[in-house]
Amino acid sequence: MTAIPDDCLARNEWICGEYLSTRRQILIDAVVQHLQLTAVSVLIALVVAVPLAVLARRWGWAAGPVLALTTILYTIPSLAMFSLLLPVYGLSAALVVAGLVLYSLTLLVRNILAGLRAVPEDTRQAARGMGYGPIRLLLTVELPLALPAAMAGLRIATVSAVSLATVGAIVGFGGLGNLIYAGMNTYFKAQVLTASVLCVVIAVAADLLLLGVQRVLTPWTRAVRS
Amino acid sequence: MKTLGDAWAWLTDSAHWAGDDGIWHRLTQHLVLTVVCLLLSCLIALPIALVLGHLGRGGALAVNISNVGRAVPTFAVLVLLLLTPLGKWGEGPTVVALVLFAVPPLLTNAYVGMRGVDRSIVRAARGMGMTGRQMLWRVELPLALPLVLSGVRIAAVQLVATATIAALAGGGGIGRIITAGFNLASTAQVVAGAVLVAVFALLVEGVFEAAERLAPGWARTRGSAG
Repeated sequence: MTAIPDDCLARNEWICGEYLSTRRQILIDAVVQHLQLTAVSVLIALVVAVPLAVLARRWGWAAGPVLALTTILYTIPSLAMFSLLLPVYGLSAALVVAGLVLYSLTLLVRNILAGLRAVPEDTRQAARGMGYGPIRLLLTVELPLALPAAMAGLRIATVSAVSLATVGAIVGFGGLGNLIYAGMNTYFKAQVLTASVLCVVIAVAADLLLLGVQRVLTPWTRAVRS
Repeated sequence: MKTLGDAWAWLTDSAHWAGDDGIWHRLTQHLVLTVVCLLLSCLIALPIALVLGHLGRGGALAVNISNVGRAVPTFAVLVLLLLTPLGKWGEGPTVVALVLFAVPPLLTNAYVGMRGVDRSIVRAARGMGMTGRQMLWRVELPLALPLVLSGVRIAAVQLVATATIAALAGGGGIGRIITAGFNLASTAQVVAGAVLVAVFALLVEGVFEAAERLAPGWARTRGSAG
């Protein structure tokens, strides 16, 4: 009979350095999957949300339906959303990404539209008076001015996506959620706590990163504040 | 389309409605969980928010709690609680996790609502000789009500969604139909459960929407603080 090693893994402790060193690769893989799921979803959502918001701004009648539809999508619980998409995507990472995209859409469309609507009419008229066409007005005046509001939405969407991605564990593509799910079934405390903490760390890091990007992209907002 | 037909067939099979794993029992569980947790979170969050708002202190705290809450994955908290001694106490972990997630929107909205009350009105009330308590109940709270109620609405919808995820961690509710479907590899059951949860969440949202429309003008929501 071999002696059972008396380490924190054997004692099933919450905090365990042994776990970190022996499962390093598993943790890295989970973090990478988590980052990929989140980044791909938020980027796709952004690509869809910007035109939707611009359309809703251009044509007032489109705003109602666009906002209503994205809000309805947001109301549907995440587990249900992933399950409803199951027949379309099967058990795949695309299923989780599709679900996360639908969630991020509400936050992004709402915030970008709010930002576009907040552009002062004077500013728009001044740009038009200077001979700006609608495209140039949108790209060089309206969208940059909508950036602070849009970035606020992007930050919330990203943080929410990091936390929602864990639910993807139900189809086996939940990044750190997979470790949490597996740890729950085997009562593996160190794994559950480590994966949970990593989730929060990713969310906070992503939030700070986006805050930094926002500061770089919108130097004028700092001048106003000081 | 075939899957939807299968899901419909699953839903309309009376055998699936009866018993402890039946739809009726799961629906009731979901409703009871949501209502109990909503009441508990209101009891915790609203007094704190109203007092802090009245005193004008702790605003950063109220808003930050809400932001941090978003970064913490519900699923991770549920599993963490499940592995603590609390896990042996039936629905204990579910209730605690649900309340934890419903408190931030309630707290933030109520606080922002209280602080948003026009200061000149508060000064007028003070000038009329109202005590702090009278001001809180007769002036600030009624004026803050739209935002307070908007927080309750956000919390309620969030609770319905989170109660679904609770099923992943062994809790009851409609989510259980979905997780059982995954275990049985029955897409029909997964989709049927998802439709049930989605309809449930949309109904809750609809009820609040209707209540808002029926409310007198001054009590109507004018927006939310997130």
